Amino acid sequence: MDEDDFLERDRGLSQDQRAELGLGALVFVVMALLVALFVFVLHEAWPSFAHNGLGWFGGGGSVDQELQAIARSGDLKEAPVYTFHAWPLIWSTIVITVGAVAIAFVSSLFIAVFMVEFAPAWLGRILEPVVRLLASIPSVIYGLAAVLVLVPFIGNHLITQSEKASVTPTIQLSGSSLLAAIVVLTVMIAPIMIAVFADGLRAVPRGWLEGSLALGINRWRTFWKVGVRTARPVFVAGTVLATARALGEAIMLSMVSGGVGFAPNPVDGLMFFFEPSRPLAATIIAFDEELSSPPMKHTLYAIAAVLLFSSAMLSVIGWAAKQPMRRYGVVP
Amino acid sequence: MSTATAGPVRRPEQTGASWRLTDRLGLGLAWLLGLLFCAITAAIVMYFLVEGIRYLRPNLLVTNPTPGVSESQTGGFLDPLLGTVIVGFMAMAIATPVGVGIAVWLSEFGRPTGFARLAESSVEMLAGEPSVVLALFGAVLFTVKELGFLSQTSHGIVLGQSFFAAAAMLSLVGLPMVVASTREGLQAIPSHVREASYAVGKTKIATTRRVLLPAARPSMITGTMLGLGRVIGDTAIVLLLLGGTLTFQPANSVPVLGLLRGTGDTLTGYIYYNAPTGDGNQPSKAYAAAFVLMLMVLALNLGVDSVIRRSQRAVKWS
Repeated sequence: MDEDDFLERDRGLSQDQRAELGLGALVFVVMALLVALFVFVLHEAWPSFAHNGLGWFGGGGSVDQELQAIARSGDLKEAPVYTFHAWPLIWSTIVITVGAVAIAFVSSLFIAVFMVEFAPAWLGRILEPVVRLLASIPSVIYGLAAVLVLVPFIGNHLITQSEKASVTPTIQLSGSSLLAAIVVLTVMIAPIMIAVFADGLRAVPRGWLEGSLALGINRWRTFWKVGVRTARPVFVAGTVLATARALGEAIMLSMVSGGVGFAPNPVDGLMFFFEPSRPLAATIIAFDEELSSPPMKHTLYAIAAVLLFSSAMLSVIGWAAKQPMRRYGVVP
Repeated sequence: MSTATAGPVRRPEQTGASWRLTDRLGLGLAWLLGLLFCAITAAIVMYFLVEGIRYLRPNLLVTNPTPGVSESQTGGFLDPLLGTVIVGFMAMAIATPVGVGIAVWLSEFGRPTGFARLAESSVEMLAGEPSVVLALFGAVLFTVKELGFLSQTSHGIVLGQSFFAAAAMLSLVGLPMVVASTREGLQAIPSHVREASYAVGKTKIATTRRVLLPAARPSMITGTMLGLGRVIGDTAIVLLLLGGTLTFQPANSVPVLGLLRGTGDTLTGYIYYNAPTGDGNQPSKAYAAAFVLMLMVLALNLGVDSVIRRSQRAVKWS
């Protein structure tokens, strides 16, 4: 701010500078806390990564048996066990996240377009606060509703007895499944996407739309080709935000996904969606009482480190996606 | 961009009959999904209203959880309810001043530019971090010996579970909302307002305190309420850092400090415990608690709406 340089020369110099330094220090403390977050989590995670190498991300063996062995080795005074192959958990995370984000993206895009442009004015006015309300409902409430309604429904009506019998020795098809996880996660993250998308669509300069309408192009085509296309960076930003939320969702998924370290197999056809699993974040919640066992602690922090880095990457992508929008002067 | 934001562009004389098939399909899909969204929302809200009213009894609100197997033995959720209030208050007592401070620095000072951009992305990164990771971070941070006075110590080992620990980490959940909202509010104030204040000899910090922050108060309140909504809805941090012990377990008999250094629970932890997947498995209690939590979130949202609406009617800078 150059314009107040002459003011500073005359008076108030120390007061303003003190305020700037004080507030700057506050910012610095929060940034230092973020750095500490990375350092602490990585430091605790290191033994697990060091023992397994890249095999950490691979498959092989039963991940639940491995986790139990790790937990047990902390209590007995023997050499700690670290062997851990997280692929089933990672696979579950990927399938659930990608599935939910894909469905939520397509529906949120249309719903946001509907809300901003095509809905009757009164409906649009109602929808906006409703979207915000849905986005702020705690995940444990979604989890509760899903466990009591959706999971029994899937278990009793969608999965047949013969399907249940065909996999009985390995896993149980109770309804806690990929399908339930994806559906509930979609409902959870769609409002976040809709809110961001709608903000972006509203920020599209009105003249651009009117120009297209003046050429005789119909409302749908105008909005789809001009409005939606202009707001593209916002779609990336919103999707990234929602993906980060989906990736880190622990509570709801630990209630709904089945809680078994099993990698659902796409070869099973439709049954793939009925198979239980357990994503990374839910694994931390499932074993949070074993934190006192050192090898278990390191393993759980390794899982947290993977989540930490994935969401950090996502926020970098989101930041990069917002830059072109800023250049237009259209800031979401 | 103050001049050109899109309102609905209306062409009433046009009908869909002459449109191409793809356009008609697109429009139809938008309507279908929009109405489906309304239906799903209505279903969720109605479902919880009905179930909540069915299971909520006044005495649930004034009795404490007790271990038991049947519905009549397990008591209510007084302590979790109080826990939610305490934790929400403590977390926002940290997050609001810090968040407003950061927002003021980012919007009014922000020098050097590189550091400001870094700070901005740090806050965004913080907003994207899963709360379960923050919880684990807190579990390392608060088991450090030097921070032992904030939680309980047994046999020289710091347990790291207390209201202080949970509130500190939950404040990181609420912080990004406060920063984003306050900053937006500050940036919406045109620069001539600041210049007018400088012109009568106010310093920058006096301008901020006397002119800018009062003008941005609706945004600050909005941010705080949104942050509070996130804070009271969080479960992972409560389970790991508050202990999830259903009732308050004070560290010692010192009135307030002992309670805050001890473990406890919140409504989210209580719901998780009483869901069919949890150890308690008392769905009717979980429904009642979920209903109360829903009402709190709903109240916060209505508060945000009314603040926004009132601020839109208030001062217009021109």
